[in-house]
Amino acid sequence: MISIQNVSKWYGDFQVLSDCSTEVQKGEVVVVCGPSGSGKSTLIKCVNGLEPFQAGTIVVDGTSVGSPKTDLPKLRSRVGMVFQHFELFPHLSITENLTLAQRKVLGRKDDEARRKGLALLDRVGLSAHAAKFPGQLSGGQQQRVAIARALAMDPIAMLFDEPTSALDPEMINEVLDVMVELAREGMTMMVVTHEMGFARKVANRVIFMDRGAIVEDADKDEFFGSPRSERAQAFLSKILSH
Amino acid sequence: MNYNWDWSVFFKSTGIGSEIYLDWFITGLGWTVALSLSSWVIALLLGTVLGVMRTLPGRFAARFATVYVELFRNVPLLVQLFVWYFLVPDWLPEKLELWFKQDLHPATSAFISVTVCLGLFTAARVCEQVRTGIQALPRGQAMAAYALGLRLPQVYRKVLLPQAFRIIIPPLTSEFLNVFKNSSVASLIGLMELLAQTKQTAEFTANLFEAFTLATVIYFVLNMALMLIMRGVEKRVRVPGLIALGGK
Amino acid sequence: MDFTQIVNAFPSLGDGLLLTLELTVLAVIGGVVIGTLLALARLSNSRVLSWLAGFYVNYFRSIPLLLVITWFYFVVPFMVGWVTGTNQPIGAFTSCLIAFMMFEAAYFCEIVRAGIQSISKGQVNAAYALGMTYGQAMRLVVLPLAFRKMTPLLLQQSIILFQDTSLVYAVGLMDFLNVARSQGDITGELHTFLLFAGLVYFVISFGASTLVKRLQKRLTV
Repeated sequence: MISIQNVSKWYGDFQVLSDCSTEVQKGEVVVVCGPSGSGKSTLIKCVNGLEPFQAGTIVVDGTSVGSPKTDLPKLRSRVGMVFQHFELFPHLSITENLTLAQRKVLGRKDDEARRKGLALLDRVGLSAHAAKFPGQLSGGQQQRVAIARALAMDPIAMLFDEPTSALDPEMINEVLDVMVELAREGMTMMVVTHEMGFARKVANRVIFMDRGAIVEDADKDEFFGSPRSERAQAFLSKILSH
Repeated sequence: MNYNWDWSVFFKSTGIGSEIYLDWFITGLGWTVALSLSSWVIALLLGTVLGVMRTLPGRFAARFATVYVELFRNVPLLVQLFVWYFLVPDWLPEKLELWFKQDLHPATSAFISVTVCLGLFTAARVCEQVRTGIQALPRGQAMAAYALGLRLPQVYRKVLLPQAFRIIIPPLTSEFLNVFKNSSVASLIGLMELLAQTKQTAEFTANLFEAFTLATVIYFVLNMALMLIMRGVEKRVRVPGLIALGGK
Repeated sequence: MDFTQIVNAFPSLGDGLLLTLELTVLAVIGGVVIGTLLALARLSNSRVLSWLAGFYVNYFRSIPLLLVITWFYFVVPFMVGWVTGTNQPIGAFTSCLIAFMMFEAAYFCEIVRAGIQSISKGQVNAAYALGMTYGQAMRLVVLPLAFRKMTPLLLQQSIILFQDTSLVYAVGLMDFLNVARSQGDITGELHTFLLFAGLVYFVISFGASTLVKRLQKRLTV
């Protein structure tokens, strides 16, 4: 479904991604972890072309992301994305947030988009808040709405960029629960996160990145059982110790 | 003090038909308002386009808008007015030039010159406000909009501009008020707006204190009224639960 | 376009530019002094003083500069006449200078006020703790600090003032723009002269604001 081959990216002289390669199969859940500044957020943003890259290829469902001929908006409309800071549109109500792209991008009729949006809002347990504005919801609630907003586009895959790291601890689980459910339903997911509990529960594979490179790319059990690289070991012991 | 105050002067006949001096002020106010509103429409539209251009990824658009802003900000308004009024008509195609200079009523051609001049002048200022507003938004907002598959014009129209405009209502209000004040330069090319009518009344009646006091009061009241209106607008478009935008 | 005409007119253009610059500098000095006094009045504990200064600022900020220039041109001779009891005519330059000082003072006041308010309460308390009076604390601590912070804004406002001096055309003062225009009329080269005037204003304003931006960067680092 998502194929990343030899991707490199530079900001001026500084290399943020060096020669990254991996694959995400249909229905697979892949967790990407690593210390901050390791390039994991940049990599996931390359997948739907939000960040340009200078070398290598990324192919999503047969479409090459880096090709100048690719209709990026069209590709993006088929790949859902959830951000660290939710990025709901603060000037639009929850319902409008859920329907805007359905109407403007997919050309769905008003009531169809509304029905779809409200059904998904119900699924994330927030149907009572449809008329509110994002600023009136808690962080955890906003992130659940953001997931519903992405799902409303009927995506073929979902990208999560540190979806819980801006949340207060007591709200992390309500978001993770939604993501676990999604994974169990067979959604193809690429998730940048530090939540190793989530990775243990639903991930098929774990990718460990450091200094712009993919250091380890292993099955979940292998990764948690016996990580090969020293850096991954150090990272795991740090993150699992508390 | 050997000055004879006479506030009844405004109700005296000007000697032209049944006109009283107050009528001059009303006519003048009419021109001032018409000038300001039409210039503001140009400034708002053009300024928004330029402001958006300054935030686009493409080098050319951003550079063009920057040059525009620097040019229109660093040449005095009056010089710009002289250029629009004395020079530009000469550069028009011959037919248009004759139409502008001969067929149009002098007040109409002056009106057009001032409107274009003030509109383009103010657009440079509006541009900077719009740019500031857009850049004050978290970068993730544009990213999220693109991630949903929206195209660039939709991202600006639906996501960035509605938020940016809410942020910049206060500075835009003061630009709006500036347009009213700046429209007084029209008096220097003979358009009988409020200031020109005031001067004329002062010269005709020798009651210059009364004339200028009335003009001052009109500008002052106009200013206050516009400020109240804009405050109302700000309140109306306020988004519930949103205290400060652009936190990150 | 005939540029030799411009070269021929250099002496009178130079006089005009000199007048423009003179007016700018004097108006900035007067405006900053009055503006600072106004700012102190606005921030003072006296209700009356604070209200009066506030009214002054709002008043001048809501009327056009051109109105002030025109009005003062008519009115200042009257005022002088009342005060001195004589009927001496005063020149357009003086009336314009007074108009600019008083008008710009309202704008400078707001800049100075914001500058003073940006000085932390701790600094003021430290000055009081050393036994300084209100006046001493202001003069020796707050104002020097505030002025350092707001220099870029004051300079930017001065550049705007420089451009605004062209409005003295309204009362027939021969500043740079007015000289250029009249030379243009005399020589029949209005186009050339007006464009030249625009260019000179642009070079001066753009150059000055570039310098101010550079200064601002140095001050914030």
